[in-house]
Amino acid sequence: MNYKSFLIKYAEIGVKGKNRYLFEDALVKQINMRLKRIDGGFHVWKESGRIYAEASERFDYDEAMDTLSRIFGVAGICPMVQIEDKGYEDLKEQVVRYIDEAYEDKNFTFKVVAKRGNKQYPVISDQINRDLGEVILNAFPETRVDVHNPDVLLHVEIRHKINLFSQIIPGPGGMPIGTAGKAMVLLSGGIDSPVAAWMIAKRGVIIEAVYFHAPPYTSERAKRKVEDLAKIVARYAGPVKLHIVNFTDIQLKIYDECPHDELTIIMRRYMMRIAEEIAKERDCLALVTGESIGQVASQTMQSMAVTNEVCTLPVMRPLVAFDKQDIVDISLKIGTYETSVLPYEDCCTIFVAKHPVTKPSLKHIQNSEAKLDSQMEELVKKAVETREVVRCI
Amino acid sequence: MGSSRKEIYFDNSATTRVFDSVRDIMTETMTADYGNTSSLHTKGVEAEQYVREARAEIAKSLRVKEKEIIFTSGGTESNNLAILGTALANRRSGNHIITSCIEHASVYNTTAFLEEQGFRVTYLPVDHNGHVSPEDLRAAICDDTILVSIMYVNNEMGAVEPIAKLAQVLRETKPQAYFHADAIQAYGKYVIRPKKEGIDLLSVSGHKIHGPKGVGFLYVDERVKIRPILFGGGQQMGMRSGTENVPGCAGLGAAAKEIYRDHEAKVDHLYALKDRFVSGLHELEGVTVHGLTGRDSAPQIVSTGFEGIRAEVLLHALEEKGIYVSSGSACSSNHPGISGTLRGIGVKESLLDSTLRFSFGVFNTEDEVDECLRVLKELLPLLRRYRRG
Repeated sequence: MNYKSFLIKYAEIGVKGKNRYLFEDALVKQINMRLKRIDGGFHVWKESGRIYAEASERFDYDEAMDTLSRIFGVAGICPMVQIEDKGYEDLKEQVVRYIDEAYEDKNFTFKVVAKRGNKQYPVISDQINRDLGEVILNAFPETRVDVHNPDVLLHVEIRHKINLFSQIIPGPGGMPIGTAGKAMVLLSGGIDSPVAAWMIAKRGVIIEAVYFHAPPYTSERAKRKVEDLAKIVARYAGPVKLHIVNFTDIQLKIYDECPHDELTIIMRRYMMRIAEEIAKERDCLALVTGESIGQVASQTMQSMAVTNEVCTLPVMRPLVAFDKQDIVDISLKIGTYETSVLPYEDCCTIFVAKHPVTKPSLKHIQNSEAKLDSQMEELVKKAVETREVVRCI
Repeated sequence: MGSSRKEIYFDNSATTRVFDSVRDIMTETMTADYGNTSSLHTKGVEAEQYVREARAEIAKSLRVKEKEIIFTSGGTESNNLAILGTALANRRSGNHIITSCIEHASVYNTTAFLEEQGFRVTYLPVDHNGHVSPEDLRAAICDDTILVSIMYVNNEMGAVEPIAKLAQVLRETKPQAYFHADAIQAYGKYVIRPKKEGIDLLSVSGHKIHGPKGVGFLYVDERVKIRPILFGGGQQMGMRSGTENVPGCAGLGAAAKEIYRDHEAKVDHLYALKDRFVSGLHELEGVTVHGLTGRDSAPQIVSTGFEGIRAEVLLHALEEKGIYVSSGSACSSNHPGISGTLRGIGVKESLLDSTLRFSFGVFNTEDEVDECLRVLKELLPLLRRYRRG
């Protein structure tokens, strides 16, 4: 079957009130942007609560489907055949042809659901259902009708043209990118943070990311790996601006002047400070991390409280209550896992104390940080200013 | 990706920059004389001529017959062909193979595969200089022995094995068995005479001698009973099917020619670099050079442990200064495991993860050695301040 167009269903947007058009327009824009990157010369438009995408040139069906199935806000994708209204008899013929081409094996049960957007159409929906059911049964004697639990639900939508579709391929759900502001993700190169980025993006949030690079302790390959992860996230979230911050001097200074069991927590606080500074500059409304309660020493609730204390932006932790396996499952699904597990050290693992504090007290940590002189401010400023920005698509 | 900053490439045992003559002849065979050697028309004949000349050049460099050279896709295939090809062709004579514990993965994993297939493999130990003892070999040889495979120069620390002595032991005790030498780090550095040294099979790779990647050869003495491991159109007298890699073969021939031209001067140059570097290293604190140095070791490789510094960190710190080296061995650094060679020669545990390999090529200069020493002197105290835990 050569489908040329797709009907795109969206779920949550449907319940929005007066803002609804904003969400629909955002989704149309997203679909347009994504389809522009592949062959097919797709035309995307909305029409009374529906979004359509139609190819004007040759295209690869699987590629188009893959692209559409990664766009947040899409609840389902229906490959569709659109026909001109050339009368009732012609419709019957077209329906038979559709079934013939779409289903090689005719041994299935079906039901026809007709809908008249065009109430001028001379036959009422119920009658259309019966008539079309009959022509299908006549044309393909192996088929059977089942109105309760059919294998194939054939939709016949009569508008100024007629839409025939019988498959719904589930989309990712969520909200269209660009409808919920922007957030800054702390991307480490591990399994968790790309999943966190994906989850936040799924709610319609534009993603930017910050990575802390500590050469020579972390390698060029570790940096490339993070860029690769950002690119995979971008397949769903759209282009991701990745801010690569050189963190070495700050890390060494902390190492020199602070107790070693507090290295990680103090380092995390500086990462948050830097991330927030960049986030504010970039008009981000929140920070996002991949932390999950108790996964490592710096992810106890006490530690989170101590790291939160340095920022004023909300810190969103979408994985906070997820088990590791659940996170791994998502990373496998979205395709970040294989890249995440490449064995390059990131800056969180190089200066780890043997026994880091797990229940830091804010007072203690603040006292330790007080030992860091004014030079630290300078270093933070420099780190922010000298960051490298990579646009990951 | 190149930067304008001056780069110092001390990783010539991983791979090398090709000679200009290699680049030129490869361009020629890819753009003008691009025929298939099997074609009957002139274009094919012209292409064949390149391969023949390369073969002749290589045969000359070893003083062997042209028909004893089989072109392969590189060192790995040469080692595989040598070991699998002789083992399978001679299994009626016996099923015992002897090798050492410091071989390259392309030897080690091949013998491990043969063990799965029912062969028995003895892995000879090495002394603290990385040398296999002829007496150990003599003791290991038995009636069933069909093949001994020992590397000529170890890729990780530059130990030179007493190949002629080992081959002689084999000839004395089990003349029917074959001696294979993995000479991938030795060809181009040493004048090798397989017939005199008692080597029946010899593996060489193109890109370690300023030739191209993806091509190498195996010398097989005409008396050796061997069977192919690749099957197809019967090229190279059926020993290695597959359309000849004409640009690769031509490039390899050109590299062989160039590396053995003024050979002594080239080797002297490498030893001069090595000696200068080693004496500079001895002046630094907490630095251990593994194995022998000077003319008792290979001219191009220096393996060095840096107390209290993780190899990868120092490697990247050097890289920041434009100096490229390997941790342990480039070939094994893709595996998370720590070098078998270094453990084999008894390098202490604390240095295993702190060892870098510096390897020189003909394009390197004494200034580069001095610059590298200067950078090390500056980096070592800095990096030692920050240790894990």
